[in-house]
Formats: sequence, structure tokens, C-alpha cells
Amino acid sequence: MKKTLAQAYIWLLLVLLYAPIVFIAIFSFTEARTLGNWTGFSFELYKNIFSGGVNGGAGLMAAIKNTLIIAFIAAAVSTLLGTVSAIGIFNLKGRKKKTIQFLNNIPMINPDVITGVSLFLLFVFLHFSQGYLTVILAHISFCTPYVVLSVMPKLGQMNPNIYEAALDLGATPAQALRKVLIPQLRPGMVSGFILAFTMSLDDFAVTFFTRGTIGLETLSTYIYADARKGGLTPELRPLMTLIFTIILVLLIIMNVRQARSDKKKR
Amino acid sequence: MSEKNNIIIDIEHLSKSFGDHQVLKDISLYIRKGEFVTLLGPSGCGKTTLLRMIAGFLQPDEGKIMMEWDSRNGKTEFRDVAGIPPHQRPLNTVFQRYALFPHLDVYDNIAFGLKLQGVPKDEIDTRVRKVLKLVSMSDYEDRDVESLSGGQQQRVAIARAIVNKPKVLLLDEPLAALDLKMRQDMQIELKEMHQKLGITFIYVTHDQSEALTLSDTVVVMNEGKIQQIGTPIDIYNEPVNSFVADFIGESNILNGTMIQDRKVNFIGHDFDCVDEGFGENVPVDVVIRPEDVYLGYELEGAQFSGKVNSCVFKGVHYEMYVETDSGNELQIQDYDAFEPGRTVQMLIHPDDIQVMKKERVENVIDCTVIDDTHIEMFGEEFECAPIGKEGTSAKAHIQFSKVDLMDHEEEGNASGEVWFILYKGNHYHLTVKTESGEHLYVDTNDIWDKGDLVGIKILPEDITVEIDDEQEK
Repeated sequence: MKKTLAQAYIWLLLVLLYAPIVFIAIFSFTEARTLGNWTGFSFELYKNIFSGGVNGGAGLMAAIKNTLIIAFIAAAVSTLLGTVSAIGIFNLKGRKKKTIQFLNNIPMINPDVITGVSLFLLFVFLHFSQGYLTVILAHISFCTPYVVLSVMPKLGQMNPNIYEAALDLGATPAQALRKVLIPQLRPGMVSGFILAFTMSLDDFAVTFFTRGTIGLETLSTYIYADARKGGLTPELRPLMTLIFTIILVLLIIMNVRQARSDKKKR
Repeated sequence: MSEKNNIIIDIEHLSKSFGDHQVLKDISLYIRKGEFVTLLGPSGCGKTTLLRMIAGFLQPDEGKIMMEWDSRNGKTEFRDVAGIPPHQRPLNTVFQRYALFPHLDVYDNIAFGLKLQGVPKDEIDTRVRKVLKLVSMSDYEDRDVESLSGGQQQRVAIARAIVNKPKVLLLDEPLAALDLKMRQDMQIELKEMHQKLGITFIYVTHDQSEALTLSDTVVVMNEGKIQQIGTPIDIYNEPVNSFVADFIGESNILNGTMIQDRKVNFIGHDFDCVDEGFGENVPVDVVIRPEDVYLGYELEGAQFSGKVNSCVFKGVHYEMYVETDSGNELQIQDYDAFEPGRTVQMLIHPDDIQVMKKERVENVIDCTVIDDTHIEMFGEEFECAPIGKEGTSAKAHIQFSKVDLMDHEEEGNASGEVWFILYKGNHYHLTVKTESGEHLYVDTNDIWDKGDLVGIKILPEDITVEIDDEQEK
């Protein structure tokens, strides 16, 4: 009895968690304009996305493109910055190290709205014209701490003598970094990159405050504006389903690879 | 200078501090080509720091390291290596805990250095195979290094270093992580490898038996200073001070008095010995190895007698503690067992008595005078015998036996930690490190453990203060 209740609780929790996504996914296969109406099974909305025949179409495609470009650049730059910072922080000692680690954690718990508004004020103060560049800079600034956080444990696991061993065998510091340190840190860097990419992908608040008035739209700001105009564009349903599926598949691949490499080591 | 030939590394007056803590103090040492040199000492003695400076990972504060160097024009010269980064030095290191590259397999780990040098591929192949064979790992080239056992990883680490044909191989406690049996096997292999390769080995360890087994020369270090340099036999048979005697092997270290040349008094008896030149009636430390005391219920030529306190079988020999007629306890090893409680007679041969100059006969501590009966030392205030002289900086003289150690730190005027314990047959000679970082030496009959926190109490009449001369002028 106790077991059944526990089981039921878990299932209820999972249903509540996944119901909205499943709901969107199901209704992505019907053409009805309003969400919740079922007008028969159809791939029409999927076709519309790929053929560009979306209502108000070009705007959505541009938003998707902007989102991906921004996410990619922000993730790449913050992976680089975050890795270098992690190495630096790791080699600090005592109180200095603790202070910097603490400072690194603050941006992550800081509410997005505050980050957004303060960046907005900073850019205004510096007379930066806001647009693509400011959004990318803003995204780099809030993604980097996550990379630091995912690279640090890898540094901790590393044999502290490994870098010196490379120098000892005749590698210059740059060669030692490239041939020994980076390969060791790669798993942390990859997960940091993915984390940064997804953080950038679904950011709304920071983008909203730093995109300026040139009409730059990312997916989140586009959907927000779209929903305010009167109902969601129906094509957003298959789009969200696709994004969710891609992320799910990526996650499964990563997990399987991790499990395999763990097995190999044993 | 004539004996200083064939030298590959010459270290002169090297000092190094980390913050306020001086780790190496004026180290001078030379290493001959092809020699197996061991830097031996307890943890924190500076041996690893010295090795890291030779490798180039640390820069000396003072002094220099000279190294044999092949210059571009093919000449071999001797040069100061200050400022030369590790990757340009003609030596390789076997690190503690191996430090293999986990993302590379055995072959690529070993080929790492050769690839960086741009050695042609087929030469890399032959050289890697050759060292793999030397370390008996021929079938393992494609293996992931993390799938290897500790001993195998150690072999790969050695192979990775020697494949580059360094002039000197540095080994930083390479066997510390292996279990005893494995360690003994690897010791023999290392020794063979050293003979086969003819490379100079500099080996760091805290394990005295390892040092004695492997080395041509042992450098005993403690507290950042070289205590003694010598062959394993010299170090064992003729330790220069009580630290070396205690650290290397087992020993009885006793207070004695050198009566005249070749005559020394300890445990209440006069003994013939072979030492000369100490002067007459000079206090000395005497070292007797446990296996050098001859025991018998009836012993011809016996010099003294005692009562057996305990007798334990140790495999090859029995280990006994015998209380002598003068109340000193001696540790004795013998192939025969002697019953506890029985009276035995003992004999020590003159050449088995090692006499050492005492490093100190009393505490001499820098202090500051507060008033005629008060001084500040170890950062605390102490009452002392009336000084009767003006001056501020002075030295306090305190006999070892006049220092009282208290269980609770608050009970004393100052506090400290028991740092080093030496049993001297009928009392303990302790080194207490005060909170201010100074050393205070104490003779006591109480039993303390290393690391105990103690209060330090000294009666005023036992502190004799001597004003520094320079100030009087």
C-alpha cells in the first residue's frame, strides 16, 4: 500500500512536470489557430516552418537565426573565458580563492531582471549603441560563471603534477596547455559550452533590456511580442516541439557516451 | 677541488622561503656523474623543494645550481641554470603519483617527449619499444593508462622519463604509493635500471631503508638543512648527530662524557672507544646500535650488567629491552632470547661505540628585556632571575631539565607543540616548537606524544639572562 502511494506520487509529479510539453507536442499536429482545438491530424504546421510559409513568417525565421547566432557566439566566447578563469582561480590559494569563487557565484543567483537592467544602465552610461553586440556581451557575461563552475571540478580531479610533467618532458607552457591541460578539461568545457548555449537560448529578461530599439528579436522576445499581439502563432507549437526533441536527443546521446566511457575505464 | 671531478650538478648555498617559512637553508651539495643520490628526510624537511628547484619548477631565493650543459656548438660546459625553464633543462622527472596523461595510451605517453623534440617517427617507434622492454611492459603499448595497476603505471612513468635520455633522472618518492612487496621488487628493478642506463639518479624519499638499499650516496636532511652526506654504510655506522642516528635505523642514543681520547663514560661506566679529538671531560651523545650490544647470562669480558624487561620475537632476531645497573634502558637485538626478569651481562666493542659532539648543552634563546626581573621570549612575558645590567636585547640560558611542560596550554607562560622526541635511555629529550616558531629543548621523564600541545613553564631562578655585548657599547 505504502509502495503504491509512493509510486503514484512519483507518477503524478512527472505528469505535472511534462504535461505542458506533451500538450504542446500533441497540438502541434493539428492546424487549429487557437490552442486547445483539435481539427484533425495534420503535418501542415511543420511544413509551414520549413517552407517559410508562416503567418508573419520572416520575423520568426529571423528570430530563430538571431537566437542561434547569439547563443553560439556567447557560448564559444564564455567557454574560452570561463576555462581560462577556472585555471586561474584554481591556482589561487586560501582566502583569495574563496573570495573569487564566491564572486563567481553571485551572477548565477542574481535575478535575470536585475542583471538585465544593470547591464542596460551600464551600456547607456558608456554610450554603447544597443543591438546585436550588446546582447552578445550581456550573454557572455552571464554565461561565463557557468563555464567556470563546470570546468573547476575537472581541474580538481586532475593530477596536480600533470602540467609540470608536460613541461618536464620538453613542452613549452603553451604546448602543455594545448596537449595536456585542454584534453583533460575538455569534458568540463563541453558541458560548460552546452550549459552556456542553453542559458543563452532561453534568456528573455537580459535580452529584452539590452537589445535596444533597433528591432532585434530573438525567439523569446519574438514569442513574447507575438503572444501580446493576440494569440500565439500556431507554428510556434511544432517549433517548440522540435527544440524540445533536439535537446532531449542531445541529452540522451551525452548520457550514453558518458556511460560508455565510464564502462571503458573500468 | 681535486676530488670534485666528474661532477654533473653542483649546488651552492641554496636558500628558499615560502612566505615567512624558510624551507631550505644554505644547501651546498655536489652530485657526480652516474651516481645514485638519495635525498632523505622526514616530511617537510625540504627534500622535495630541493628536487623541484633542480627540475626548474621553483627558483632559488639565494645561491645557485650549476649543471653540466651541452651547448649548441657541441661543447660540454658547466653553467648556472637560474632562469632556465624546466622544458629546456636536460633532465626528466618521475613524479609522485606518476602524473601520466590519462587521455593518451601507454605508447603516446612515452612518445610525448620525443614527439615534441621532432624525432622521426621510426626512431620514436624503436626507442619507445626499447624502453617498454626495459621496464617489462612490452605488451602494453595500446593500453589506456588508467586501466593499469599502480606498479604498471609507475613503470610507464619511468619509461616516459628515460626514453628522452636525460643526463639526470629525478625521482620524487616514486614508490610511496605502492604496497610493501611491490615496493621491494621495484627497488631492485630501479637499482638494476640505474646500473644498466648509467644515468645519474636523484631520488627523494622519507623511507630510510629504501635510501640505504638503493643509494651510492645518501643526503640526510632535516628542517631545511643537510645533516649528513655519506655512503649508506657511513650514515648508518657513523651518524654525525642524534637526528641522523635516530632517523636511520634503530639506535640507543645516550648522554655521555668524553673523558679523554679513546675513553668515554656513559650509563655509569667507562668504555674504550675509537674516537679522538673531542677534548677532555666534554659532554657528548653516544650512539649504540641495538645489534651491537653482546648479551649473555655469563659473558666473558662483560662490562656491565642489567635486568631483561621484555623480549619479543621479530622474525630473524629477538628484540629486548634491558635495564642496566645504572637505570638506563637499552634496546638490544640478539639471535638468542633472554628471559624477562633475569640478570644479564653485557659487552660493547670499542668500534661499535659512535661518539657525537653534542649539538647543544642548554637552551639559548633570543629575548627582549622588559625590566630587571622580566623578559619577553616566544612572544610572551617571563619572570627571570635579576639581570643586574642595562640593555634591551639579550639571550636567556635555560637548562633542558628546568623546563616544565603542562598538559594544558593555559597553565604555562607560553605554549607549544611537541615536535620531535628522542629517547635517551633514562629520559626523553624533546624538541618543543613554540607558537612563535622557535625551538625549545626539554629533558623530561614524562611521556609525551609527537603533536601534543603543551604549556611551557620555567621558574624565574632557572632563567639566566645575558645582555648582548654589542649594546653595552
